[in-house]
Amino acid sequence: MAHAEVSFFEAEKGWKSWLTTLDHKRIGLMYLAAAMLFFLVGGVFALLVRLELMFPGETIMSADTYNKFFTYHGAIMVFMFIIPIIPAALGNFFLPIMIGAKDVAFPRLNLASYYIFITGASFAVWALLARGADTGWTFYTPYSIRSATSVVLITLGVFIMGFSGILTGLNFIVTVHKLRAPGMTFFRLPLFVWAIYATAIIQVLATPVIGITTLLLVMERVIKIGIFDPALGGDPVLFQHFFWFYSHPAVYIMILPGMGIISEVIPVFSRKHIFGYHAIAYSSLAIAFISFIVWGHHMFVSGQSELANFLFSLLTMFVAVPTAIKVFNWTATMYGGSISLKTPMLYAVSFIFMFTIGGLTGLFLAALSVDVHLHDTYFVVAHFHYVMMGGTVMGLLAGFHYWWPKMFARMYPEWAGKIAWALIFIGFNLTFFTQFLMGYLGMPRRYYDYPAEFTNLNIASTVGSWFLFAGFLLMLIYFLKTFFEKRRTDLDNPWGGKTLEWQIASPPTMHNFHETPQITGRPYEYGIVRMKK
Amino acid sequence: MTWRLPQASTMAGAVDTLFDFVLWTSVASFLIIVLGKLIFLVRFRRKKIPEKESLYLTGHTATELSVAVILLVWVMVIFYWGWADYKKLRSAPAGAMEINVIAKQWLWEIQYPDGRRLTNELVVPKGKPVKLIMTSQDVLHSFFVPDFRVKQDIIPNTYTSLWFEATEAGEHPVYCAEYCGAAHSGMLATVRVLEPAAFEAWQLAGFLGEAGAAEGEAASEPKSLAEKGREIFMAKGCQACHTTDGSKGLGPSQKGIFGATEALEGGGTVTVDENYIRESLMEPAKKVVKGFQPIMPTFKGQLTDEEINALIGFIKSLGGK
Ligand code: HEC
Ligand SMILES: [Cu+2]
Ligand SMILES: [Cu+2]
Repeated sequence: MAHAEVSFFEAEKGWKSWLTTLDHKRIGLMYLAAAMLFFLVGGVFALLVRLELMFPGETIMSADTYNKFFTYHGAIMVFMFIIPIIPAALGNFFLPIMIGAKDVAFPRLNLASYYIFITGASFAVWALLARGADTGWTFYTPYSIRSATSVVLITLGVFIMGFSGILTGLNFIVTVHKLRAPGMTFFRLPLFVWAIYATAIIQVLATPVIGITTLLLVMERVIKIGIFDPALGGDPVLFQHFFWFYSHPAVYIMILPGMGIISEVIPVFSRKHIFGYHAIAYSSLAIAFISFIVWGHHMFVSGQSELANFLFSLLTMFVAVPTAIKVFNWTATMYGGSISLKTPMLYAVSFIFMFTIGGLTGLFLAALSVDVHLHDTYFVVAHFHYVMMGGTVMGLLAGFHYWWPKMFARMYPEWAGKIAWALIFIGFNLTFFTQFLMGYLGMPRRYYDYPAEFTNLNIASTVGSWFLFAGFLLMLIYFLKTFFEKRRTDLDNPWGGKTLEWQIASPPTMHNFHETPQITGRPYEYGIVRMKK
Repeated sequence: MTWRLPQASTMAGAVDTLFDFVLWTSVASFLIIVLGKLIFLVRFRRKKIPEKESLYLTGHTATELSVAVILLVWVMVIFYWGWADYKKLRSAPAGAMEINVIAKQWLWEIQYPDGRRLTNELVVPKGKPVKLIMTSQDVLHSFFVPDFRVKQDIIPNTYTSLWFEATEAGEHPVYCAEYCGAAHSGMLATVRVLEPAAFEAWQLAGFLGEAGAAEGEAASEPKSLAEKGREIFMAKGCQACHTTDGSKGLGPSQKGIFGATEALEGGGTVTVDENYIRESLMEPAKKVVKGFQPIMPTFKGQLTDEEINALIGFIKSLGGK
């Protein structure tokens, strides 16, 4: 194969060539570095928050510090890690290759998106270094209007980062429509591409709303326009509508790309054609569509009308159907396969395990009478961590291990991968399953202190966070270690993948392909037809 | 440790029944998926099925459709059930006893129709519907009684309401469930549910005032001023912000302040005496201790002269010059 070829790492030299690069793979890696750095920072805040909550009363920090730290944890993880990490980092790297293109449609815009992201993130970091923020990542009014912290700076950061998401989404939509290789029809697209495509649609349509909302909040704080502040005749619940009109679809910006990765990993490691290709592809679009009309399920006890609650509860139930079809189809894909439980597959299997719990507990919250009890308790915290971390982050880790040899031509150590997986799996479930119990028993979220009867569950949850930390630390170590190893030449296609990225060199060359590939079928053609007896 | 909450209101049982229905049906579908997965992992492991001998199978529309339909029916049942119970949770019976709740950072003020006021304590009769009409003086809060399975956000400038009918006498914790700042987790209260007769007596005592109530308790030991003051200090929520052991809270510790001279925000000093404490309770923003935010709520109209005296006695008992 093409090993005499120079890879995209060597095609241009010097750190300047990185900062000005138009190559989608390099931009993807720069996103990866930035977002993973934020993941580290957000994770440290999470550990500190859990440590504080280990015992009732003051454990290591004051109430004010605690309120800031949980805000930092949430805001960093949502806006600076989980939203960009899969689309902007892995999507940038792999989407063009998977459709047989040399780059995205607008490479300059792609680089601009990156710098917009960094600018927005700098505002957020500036806010933390100034007076911080203690509003929670949801910025509910009127508290966020009264708070003496740097709310303006951090919301401006969110506003700016939003443009990065919009432009990346736009870029991907155009890329998928215009740059597919000959023969690559929509129904031959890898499912990861479908997922990123559906995500991009949400990004383009929903993100402007958070932009407007944050801007209105800034105006409310600075020039007192009286839209959200009850003291000025404004309506604080209106803010919640605006906020969730974006932030509910954003949940799917976070989870759909993770689902996309799972849809790639399971067929490859099962040596099976994906079960129900169309259903999985369409369900991504269906989820994207429904996600726009269910935002009010975050507001069942906010004082919104009973009719609104009726409709939002009903519509929310429909999300369950396409989601469950996916879970069913992933599981069914494994049937009759030849399954290899390498680390990427371990994460994919844990995705199904944890995401199913996350999805099913969503039903409790969608049922009106039950949600009245569970809303704003730790049950909700556990639910969305099962979806976001048990789902998206597991998908991300599956993707990292799966594509690591492709990106860097180095292999992670399998045994260490499995140990880290075990630590993360145990740690995650210990940390968050206990929170379902706390929540059902009535412990509200965002509590610095709590009645003594919740102590045991909190101790268990905090201990779980240490397992998680150990797992991630081990992973960081082995990824960094292999990163500095010598490149291998036998890693063009270590897993036997059929998508296009596995048909080219590892690492890819600057332009990915020597000749434009010709596509004749779907990338899941595994298995033999057995005769019926 | 308990796994279930007490069912202390007429609606709690219904909410739990749906909770359990969703729980057990979810557990069943979870087991189907996970056991299926585990069986496949074992049965179709690569050691057993060589790489080249996997099955060629691209889907099965009929199975997928039936899964979708079964699921749809299931979630529609959950939806309708949840809605039906929710309607009941929202519709207070006519003739419910109305009580006003004012939430503020970080305490609950309860006002009865007969003018009686309580802080962080709601006293209600057993077996009688009670409707709370709530508003906030500053930011959002949320009134949450886990034992009753009720919760409602509270919004400034707007009234929201909730109702319940308690079925178990005793004390039930109230939490603030909507994040409201520094002492959010300290914004606690108690619902004290009394038997109807006891509730009537309680109301009567409120009506007759301290003296009338004292007569009824003649048998019990008279309490010292400081002891009474400590009780008021706890009951009125002072401990959410003030410690009595010298450590710093949201407000200055009350230990050893009596007679001390303190620096004020914006210059000047003050010596803590009876008049100053009284002023701190009535108009806390007037003199703000250096290093603190002017967040102490006013207790104007909520403390009787006797109670203020008792509080002062209590603060004196914590030492100082
Ligand atoms: C919401 C928190 C909060 C609550 C509740 C609260 N205080 Fe305060 N209190 C403060 C703060 C902050 C200060 C210091 C700033 C000031 O002087 O207003 C203060 C000051 C005082 C002072 C003056 C202390 C000094 O060192 O000079 C006294 C006395 C006092 N409070 C008594 C009480 C009593 C008695 C109660 C209960 C009836 C109470 N406070 C409830 C926050 C609170
Ligand atoms: Cu939502
Ligand atoms: Cu609160």
